[in-house]
Amino acid sequence: MRTATFWIAAFVVGAAVFGLSLLVKNQYYFFAGYVVLQYVVLATAWNILGGYTGYVNFGTAAFFALGAYSTVVLYKLFPMPIPALILVGGVVSGVVGLGMGYLTLRLRGVFFSIATLALAVVVQTLITNWDYVGGSRGAYIIRPPKVPILGNYIEYLFLVMLVLAVVAVAIARTIERSRLGYGFAAIRDDELAAETAGVPTLRLKLVATTLSGALMGMAGAPLPYYVTYLDPASGFNLAYAVNSIAMPLIGGMTSWIGPIIGAVFLGTVQQVATVTISSALNLLIVGVLLVAFVIIAPNGIVGLAQTWLRPRRR
Amino acid sequence: MATSLDLLLGAVVAGILLGGFYAAVTVGVSISFGMLDIVNIAHPAFIILGSYIAYIVNTRFGLDPILTSIIVAPAFYALGAAVYQVYHLVFERRGDESLRGLAFFFGLLFITEVALILVFGVDYRFVDAAYIGTTLHYGPIDLPLRMLVPFVCSLALLAGLQLFLSRSFIGRAIMAVSQDRLALQLMSANPARIKRIAFALSIATAGVAGAFLIIIQPVEPSIGRDYIGRVFAICVMGGLGSFPGMLMAALLLGVVESITATFYGPSWSPAVAFGFLLLTLAFRPSGIMGR
Repeated sequence: MRTATFWIAAFVVGAAVFGLSLLVKNQYYFFAGYVVLQYVVLATAWNILGGYTGYVNFGTAAFFALGAYSTVVLYKLFPMPIPALILVGGVVSGVVGLGMGYLTLRLRGVFFSIATLALAVVVQTLITNWDYVGGSRGAYIIRPPKVPILGNYIEYLFLVMLVLAVVAVAIARTIERSRLGYGFAAIRDDELAAETAGVPTLRLKLVATTLSGALMGMAGAPLPYYVTYLDPASGFNLAYAVNSIAMPLIGGMTSWIGPIIGAVFLGTVQQVATVTISSALNLLIVGVLLVAFVIIAPNGIVGLAQTWLRPRRR
Repeated sequence: MATSLDLLLGAVVAGILLGGFYAAVTVGVSISFGMLDIVNIAHPAFIILGSYIAYIVNTRFGLDPILTSIIVAPAFYALGAAVYQVYHLVFERRGDESLRGLAFFFGLLFITEVALILVFGVDYRFVDAAYIGTTLHYGPIDLPLRMLVPFVCSLALLAGLQLFLSRSFIGRAIMAVSQDRLALQLMSANPARIKRIAFALSIATAGVAGAFLIIIQPVEPSIGRDYIGRVFAICVMGGLGSFPGMLMAALLLGVVESITATFYGPSWSPAVAFGFLLLTLAFRPSGIMGR
């Protein structure tokens, strides 16, 4: 897909989703749609580091919750409009991502992954013991009842998340086609060879962790306004970490479209399963799908599609 | 002043007991991650599974948890062998272990946890045994048997494994795999077979550690996650794959955690382990006793 075509397509898809949403009267679809879009952002963000450079981040929940909690802090200090909150959340998580990467990325990839597991617990403990943001009791956010033009607040949040999702995907796609993306791919395929060939691996990895962390924080920033009550257990929910790994793996990690497919597929399945069966069971579904795909279809849905399409083209 | 000194002494003793137990929890990861280079982040899930088996047998038949864990150890061994077989066929042979292998173990961890929640719910479960609830007193020092029994058994487990690895033929083969895989292949031994035995052994220790865990504290499915950081922190701090280093790191972490819990409150203690891990990774990745 050419860049111009991509932008037109992105705009059309975005506008179409939003246009469809105007026809919908049932509020539930906005709540469900918001979650799916949030996962598009998280999965895309994870994939920038995990899919492009091959470094597994288990700490999505930490970056996500940092974004959410910076909103809580700002809500108490001086309330700002949501787009500004998203920027702040992105900066906070991006800086943490950079620091984290600087400490651990010089080691083997496995240590980075273990350190991200550790980061999630350290940040959660800090937040739980920080009374200003509610500690373990949690914090309440009162959202304005109405927004100009749109009217309904949840529709506004949905629109914000839609824009964020389009931006995240556009960033991922731009990286994929740039020198940066080729550098990332070189690191993923053979880091030692890349380093020898003059690719500045540490700097590129730091760029990837910062960007990925920032996008995760941005996805988390509107969360307090969405749930109106935020406690550490929900902000740091393991489901975020599992989903943001499972979605790119199931969709396909090598291109920007994979995480979208994975997020829309898994996100929708989970929303349906939560409503019809139970919320514990839908997490089991994610786990089983993750293991099944990793074993049977290592290149995800995109990989499956490519193998099916290839014989026909010949 | 005397009281705070007593408090400190008590915290240190409790920490040492806790540390011994941490060593038993970590020994499996020390084998799988430290020696075999398999990043089994699902290890704590197998530990919790061991706890629940000890719980079921204990409530149904009143059998001692540690005895139960020794009886079911062969089952855990078989489970470990099966998991390794899948891991080897799907990831190791394709050279795909770094990213998808990690995701595989993460998925296993998650499936086990959710499955346990679906079956048992999120209530805390505990076991009964004659020694739980008894405490020995030596002056200002309290030695609860609830901690002392797992501590002694952990040390025995560790000593047994160390003997096995350094004296028996298979044990030496495992050490050989960890040192030089290619050389083992040239001696016409099959590294995959040795690794399967070693990995199965590591999962068997998880079952035993699970029994210790449920003696020490009530268990619910998601507490396994707290142990991921602890076991890897200890394993890395101890210098991958070395048992004496690992034991030192475990005791150190136990004491620091216990002091933190005594003087700052237990809600801070998870951050201690992970803070330790981050600092170790950042400044001394070869471990406290590393070269």
